[in-house]
This record gives sequence, structure tokens and C-alpha cells, in this order.
Amino acid sequence: MTNNPFFIIIIVAIFTFITRAVPFAIFGGKKEVPAYITYLGKALPPAVMSILIVYCLKNVDITSGSRGIPEFISIAVVIILHRWKRSNLLSIGTGTILYMVLIQNVFV
Amino acid sequence: MRKALKFAFFRTIPIFCGYLFLGMAFGLLLQQAGFGPFWAFISSLFIYAGSMQFVLVSFIGGGLGVISIIIMTLSINCRHIFYGISFIERFKSMGKKYLYMIFSLTDETYSLLCSSETLPGVDEDKYLFSIALLDHCYWIFGSVLGAVLGEIIPFDTTGVDFAMTALFAVIFTEQWLSFKTHIPAVTGIICGTVCLIIFGADKFILPAMISSVCVLMIMKNIIKERGEFENDK
Repeated sequence: MTNNPFFIIIIVAIFTFITRAVPFAIFGGKKEVPAYITYLGKALPPAVMSILIVYCLKNVDITSGSRGIPEFISIAVVIILHRWKRSNLLSIGTGTILYMVLIQNVFV
Repeated sequence: MRKALKFAFFRTIPIFCGYLFLGMAFGLLLQQAGFGPFWAFISSLFIYAGSMQFVLVSFIGGGLGVISIIIMTLSINCRHIFYGISFIERFKSMGKKYLYMIFSLTDETYSLLCSSETLPGVDEDKYLFSIALLDHCYWIFGSVLGAVLGEIIPFDTTGVDFAMTALFAVIFTEQWLSFKTHIPAVTGIICGTVCLIIFGADKFILPAMISSVCVLMIMKNIIKERGEFENDK
């Protein structure tokens, strides 16, 4: 377990930089990129994004309280709005404000 | 350099709007977690990765081991590997700016660099560097501004953390629309949900990531058969 924020930021910074530097360090010498790396690099991001959404909802309790209704309504609105307008700011802004209104006023 | 900066500024205006807004959401979130403008500044200065920094806020709350933090960081950022591949030769020719160009290769900067045209009378190295540098400044500015606003404006920010969920939902939708096969996205949802039920909220993320990689490797041929990932636009 680690609770030192400075330490956590440095760790995340170092490993984020490593992910950016990997192709330059490994494939810089004109070596072929292994096929499974290319494959995972394309196939993994949607899976990671799905897991991150689950991660955001990990503390939602569907058996009590607001039962996750405000979360699911807001996510649905974000996805529908985004399909329609494809504007990051509009989708994120509307979804966040809607969620804040829902949990502050409707599902108190 | 001034001329390059000027052109880069006009080129980066859309990123300015996006980073200002998302940066502010991050700064506000971090401030709500008890870490003010200084922390927003050093996170954005040293890490400089959008989705990653939102997840960082939950790391700072404590409770995760170093290994979990490292694996999550690598998983969330694994897409970066493929951005670099397009620029290996280009960045190497940039001399002293080389390391900074690698460090600052975010999704947005990558998209601008990919589509950057050569401008007459402007040093291309300086132009690309200016784009990268300006984007980084916007991100730092937005996140510090968000943290400062959170401290001086006493409004009820309960629920503002949903900005992170909304960001991920937007990226999810973009990927869903641009991928021919939805197996990877569905794999993530199933592995994530099943692992959450089995391992609980504090421990599910590692098994979820590992099981997803395994499923994707097993289904490699099926996924590849469904054609290339991205739709032809």
C-alpha cells in the first residue's frame, strides 16, 4: 500500500513516459514490431476503456440507495448525445451537469 | 521560433478548448480529493496524460499497492506505444527536442502531428515542437485553474467526479463507432463486471485487465477475421 501522493505521481509519470518511449527504445533500430504487440495495441484499448467504465461504477450499489439509476441515466445520455453530435465537450459537460443535478436534487 | 509558435497557436485552438475544459475537470476533481493547485500543477507537468490523471485521483486516495498502480498505468497507456511508431524517424531528427517530443505525445498532439502540413518559411522542427509545447501548457493551465476555482468558489461540487466516467463513455463510444468488431469492447465489459463481482471493488482491476488480454489473445484469429479494426473513413 502506498499513500504518499508525491511518490504515486512520480511512479505514474515514469511508467506513462515508458509507454511513450517503448517504440523509440525497442523498435528504433529498424526492428520489426512483433505482430502480437501490434494486435494488442489495437484490440486492447476498447477493452481497457470498458474496464475503466466498470472501475468508475465500482462503488455503485444496485441493491440500495439510488440503485445506480443516476449513473446509468447519465451514461446513457452521454453515449446517445455523443453518437448524435460527436462533440467531446458537449457530451461530457451535459452528462456531468445532469449527474450533479440528479444526485444533488432528485436522488437525495 | 515566434513564427512557428504563431502558426502552432492557430493550429492548436481546438485542443486549447478541449484541454482547458478537461484540465479544469481534473483540477477540480483533485482539489475535491484534498489536493490543491500545487498537486494539479505537478501532475500535469510530469504525467501529462488525460485519462491517466483522472484515474490518478483515485490512486491518491490510497489503498492500492505499487504493483497495481504500475499495471494500471501500463494498461491505460498501452495505446501510446502505437503513436510513437509513426514518429520514430521524425523525432530522432529533432536533436535536443527528441525526449520532450516523446514525453508530450498525447492522443490530441498525435492527431495534430499526424495531420500537420509543411508551412513555407517555417522551421518544421520548431513548428512541431511548438504544437507539443502549447498543448502541454493548455493542459497545465486548465488543471491549475480548475483546482484554484475549486478552492475559491464554494459551490456544491458533489458528483463532479462523473466527468471521468463521462470522458471514458465518450472514448468508448468513439471506439465503438470506429471499430468493425465489438468483441474487444464487450470482452472488457464482461471481464470487468465478472471480476468486480468475484474480487470486489478494491481488487478487481488487475484480474480484469489480465483476463481481457488472455481472451483477446485466444480470440485473436476471430477478431482479425472480422477485418481490420478501424472502419474506412
